[in-house]
Amino acid sequence: MTATTTSPALDQALLYPSPLKEFWQAFAHNKGAVAGLGFMLLIIFCALFAPWAAPHNPSEQFRDFLLTPPVWLEGGQAQFLLGTDELGRDLLSRLMHGARLSLLIGLSSVLMSLIPGILLGLTAGFFPRLLGPSIMRLMDVMLALPSLLLAVAIVAILGPGLINTVIAIAVVSLPSYVRLTRAAVMGELDRDYVTASRLAGAGLLRLMFVTVLPNCMAPLIVQATLSFSSAILDAAALGFLGLGVQPPTPEWGTMLASARDYIERAWWVVSLPGLTILLSVLAINLMGDGLRDALDPKLKNAV
Amino acid sequence: MLSFIARRLGLLIPTFFGVTLLTFALIRMIPGDPVEVMMGERRVDPVMHAQAMERLGLNKPLYAQYLDYIGNLAQGDLGESLRTRTSVWDEFLTLFPATLELSLAALLFAGSLGLVAGVVAALKRGSMFDHGVMGISLAGYSMPIFWWGLLLIMFFSVWLGWTPVSGRIDLLYDIPPVTGFMLIDSLLSGEEGAFVDALRHLILPAIVLGTIPLAVIARMTRSAMLEVLGEDYVRTARAKGLSPARVVFIHGLRNALIPVLTVFGLQVGTLLAGAVLTETIFSWPGIGKWLIESIGARDYPVVQNGILLIACLVIMVNFVVDILYGLANPRIRHQR
Amino acid sequence: MQNTSPVLTCLLLCGALAVSSQTHAASTSLVVCSEASPEGFDIVQYTAATTADASAETLFERLVRFAPGSTELVPGLAERWEISADGLSYTFHLRQGVQFHRTDWFTPSRAFNADDVLWSFQRQLDPAHPWHALSVRGFPYAEAMAMADLIERIDRLGDYRVRFVLKHPEAPFLADLAMGFASIYSAEYAERLLARGQPEQLNRLPIGTGPFVFERYAKDAQVRFHGNPAYWDGAPAIDKLILAITPEPNVRQQKLKAGDCQIALHPRPVDIPALKADPELQVLELDSLLTAYIGINTRHPPLDDVRVRQALNLAFDKAAYIRAQYGEGNASPALAPYPATLWGHDPRLHGWPHDPARARQLLRDAGHGEGFTLSIWTRPGGGPTNPNPGIGAQMLQADLAAIGIQAEIRVFEWGELIKRAKNGEHDLVFMGWAGDNGDPDNFLSPNLSCAAAESGENQAGWCDPDFDALIGQARREQGQGQRAALYRQALAIFHEQAPWIPLAHPRQFGALRKGVQGFVLSPMGSNNFAKVRLQ
Repeated sequence: MTATTTSPALDQALLYPSPLKEFWQAFAHNKGAVAGLGFMLLIIFCALFAPWAAPHNPSEQFRDFLLTPPVWLEGGQAQFLLGTDELGRDLLSRLMHGARLSLLIGLSSVLMSLIPGILLGLTAGFFPRLLGPSIMRLMDVMLALPSLLLAVAIVAILGPGLINTVIAIAVVSLPSYVRLTRAAVMGELDRDYVTASRLAGAGLLRLMFVTVLPNCMAPLIVQATLSFSSAILDAAALGFLGLGVQPPTPEWGTMLASARDYIERAWWVVSLPGLTILLSVLAINLMGDGLRDALDPKLKNAV
Repeated sequence: MLSFIARRLGLLIPTFFGVTLLTFALIRMIPGDPVEVMMGERRVDPVMHAQAMERLGLNKPLYAQYLDYIGNLAQGDLGESLRTRTSVWDEFLTLFPATLELSLAALLFAGSLGLVAGVVAALKRGSMFDHGVMGISLAGYSMPIFWWGLLLIMFFSVWLGWTPVSGRIDLLYDIPPVTGFMLIDSLLSGEEGAFVDALRHLILPAIVLGTIPLAVIARMTRSAMLEVLGEDYVRTARAKGLSPARVVFIHGLRNALIPVLTVFGLQVGTLLAGAVLTETIFSWPGIGKWLIESIGARDYPVVQNGILLIACLVIMVNFVVDILYGLANPRIRHQR
Repeated sequence: MQNTSPVLTCLLLCGALAVSSQTHAASTSLVVCSEASPEGFDIVQYTAATTADASAETLFERLVRFAPGSTELVPGLAERWEISADGLSYTFHLRQGVQFHRTDWFTPSRAFNADDVLWSFQRQLDPAHPWHALSVRGFPYAEAMAMADLIERIDRLGDYRVRFVLKHPEAPFLADLAMGFASIYSAEYAERLLARGQPEQLNRLPIGTGPFVFERYAKDAQVRFHGNPAYWDGAPAIDKLILAITPEPNVRQQKLKAGDCQIALHPRPVDIPALKADPELQVLELDSLLTAYIGINTRHPPLDDVRVRQALNLAFDKAAYIRAQYGEGNASPALAPYPATLWGHDPRLHGWPHDPARARQLLRDAGHGEGFTLSIWTRPGGGPTNPNPGIGAQMLQADLAAIGIQAEIRVFEWGELIKRAKNGEHDLVFMGWAGDNGDPDNFLSPNLSCAAAESGENQAGWCDPDFDALIGQARREQGQGQRAALYRQALAIFHEQAPWIPLAHPRQFGALRKGVQGFVLSPMGSNNFAKVRLQ
């Protein structure tokens, strides 16, 4: 931004705030969104620097310290700030390493459904005769199946594991991207600038990706944040059903699921991963709200 | 309007066949077959295995199995569970009322509370109440639902002892199933206290299942209300000197309900899916658990037809919502 | 504010409901929190223990039965029996005057007799029997135990006398007849169903001679029975038996504490200390016939090297495993395929100690000093032998890492796990076995014989000719003394060759409210409520 303001060639930039700055002002107006961003930065920090910041190796089993309570409770140990789990592993270290996986799952499943979703949605929008309706019927079929059952079936086919969890979540969230993209494309196709570009001889691919797509991005970005957070929840739900990421990988949902047996004896092994999931998802959703306000005021209705 | 309905109905047919094909394919792509699972740890002799597959009609080529399946469907035959040897339709009828009762209770909870909270938040925009409601509903929307259920059980059932831990009714009441809805059956049975007991069993699961729809509905209502309250006709109504309550409910809420209704319809699918987790936690005898178990047991007819029945339900609800939406909003009718 | 009123009423109602506590008392109804729905009630079609509890133990009886809480065989529907000297012919003298259940859907015209015995077995053995093909599932238990290859014929020697003629001597045969698949059905009821064209009712509205009469089943919710007033062994003291289907172990425990059920089956071993501490509850425990083990795939190099298998046994910290998995004292370390409480055990047998240094040495001797990689296979959800599969796999992984073996955990859903394990795709697999007739052979032949290696059920794929010959000979022998001696020799080979890492024999538990009397755990893991009294 500093580059643009100092450049004399772009005097306009002095009169109008740059889009980024405008965006940031709108975003910062929403205090919840800023708080969410702050928490997410913390989580991202944990994820990036887990190997150095975590006090212990997340898989190291201290077999003399099974289910040690957090340090502020009676029987807590200073070396295990948040206590240990059923195998004597340090909970804090596991949560920090878990941030990596949960963010990874969220990010990769969003990408894996966003990209094909956009492609299919664009195709459906641009070919309204045969291809479009066929794609939309397929999406209707997928939407008609309860999403969790579909995800369970996909994991059952592929086998449990990190990558397959991501694939299942991506497949399940595909239809909403396709629908959203197609709807946005249909809205734009009749606009003057598209007609102008068409008349100027722009090819189909150029029309799709250069002319129309950038104007459809706002709702997609908002949807992407929403599905980022729901991907973390879905991964946790699959973990709860025993189908998610596999041990000893410290993924939050799986931690929660395997700790469920200890809910009465050691509340912290259940409560802390659950709380971490809740706060992270909440933070992402708060950011999503801010993004929506900033990017596309029209979208305030969408949930 | 009729042509609109006809067009929408026409779209349902390929969707229906798509669902049959997809479920048929999915369940067969899962490794392992029903006979293997049936025999458990015991020995499966290849000859015996082949015989069993033949008895179950699973040795035919796939296309023939699919045609059989569609043929049976056309005759209204949903087949028999491979595991329990009971007709899929009978099992569905025993379990579905439980899921429906739970879902309706959850929707009632979410709908009533969500509408009120949304309307009040919109009217008091920017107040502490508004921020509070929106914050809480966003937290509800971010909740890992099974974790929430476990926490509520620990707090209300185990710690305070206010609500029962699980199930639909205390089993010392002998309630013959008439309608399958425990609230109605317990009234019909005439047993003293049975209805209240059934209601007490329903509260926690309904709250857990209703949490996400509640959050969605509250947020939706608020933003729809805000939009409507800014419209000219509301301002006109205000200017005419109509009472504020009349303006809010007759002019405001009625129009704000349209988008809320759509969300309501979309939530049906979410409820049936979310019910899987809630049913697991509360030992609720519903269809979610039934289908998950059947996937595990490779119970082909149950998975195929159970999912088909739910899918049809979701399709029908969305269809009705579409039509209502079209009725309320003529512009939609003429779009593709 | 038309919209607030329902909410307000709801809130008020919730408050009111919350404080109204339960008022009615349990008179003579016994509510049992069980762990899963029965698959059906025609027990011969099914193998699950929960199905057996809801049918074989309540509705049906067999010619012989296990004395409560033991593996000793006592008379059931047969008052006495004779076995020929060559071990080929078993003659049973049937109990007279035993009545089948009288219900809304069936009124018996005659008492139990030899026709019912013949019907119950011929149905499963004879492909020409009118009922044989009606079971689409087949008869998994009878087929898995190869009964058709064992039983030559069954003769009706009179109304109250039947003779089983075997093709070859089989010492465990009598014990087999006490198992669920040998339940005796009413031939008269079956005939009527067939005549009415409703054979599927046999599975839905069962009729037997057992202590309880079937009333109603609501899938995933409850099974209701009432006591059989005409039961030959004394009518049960409880009027109603209700199985409340409660899959979550936490929830079973909470329901028991709340008094919603009087017996909670299969409490998790880790919860036992808390249950014992509760003054309202009592905990039953018993050494069971369960064995948890890790099968080592001896066909996959380097696991074909006995030194490597011994090293694996030395590397695993069994004591720590038992502490984390079951809790101190809730399981005994396993040394052999069957527990030390069973006859045929060798008291001189000692397990492999936890000795990583020796394990590393053995690996070096075998030429694997630099280590290698393995896969550990397990299932997602827990069962009685392996309540928390995740724990075991992760502990094994950590212990193997300590001797330089990198192991990857692969979790397969149960159906797929057994299929792939039968194909021998695994390196190490967590498995469990529940003995169901109290005979050592019941542990050895199905899991460790060469035939089982062939069929894949022997997950170790281990076929040792000496071991196989010993257990084969023991199967044909009749005297328990000679058989025990043969088994002791076989165990020595098993120990030395180490095709498994035997893990533990978990103790079996039942949690009851105070005042429940007469309930006895069975080493076979079945649950029978015929003699339960409530105070």
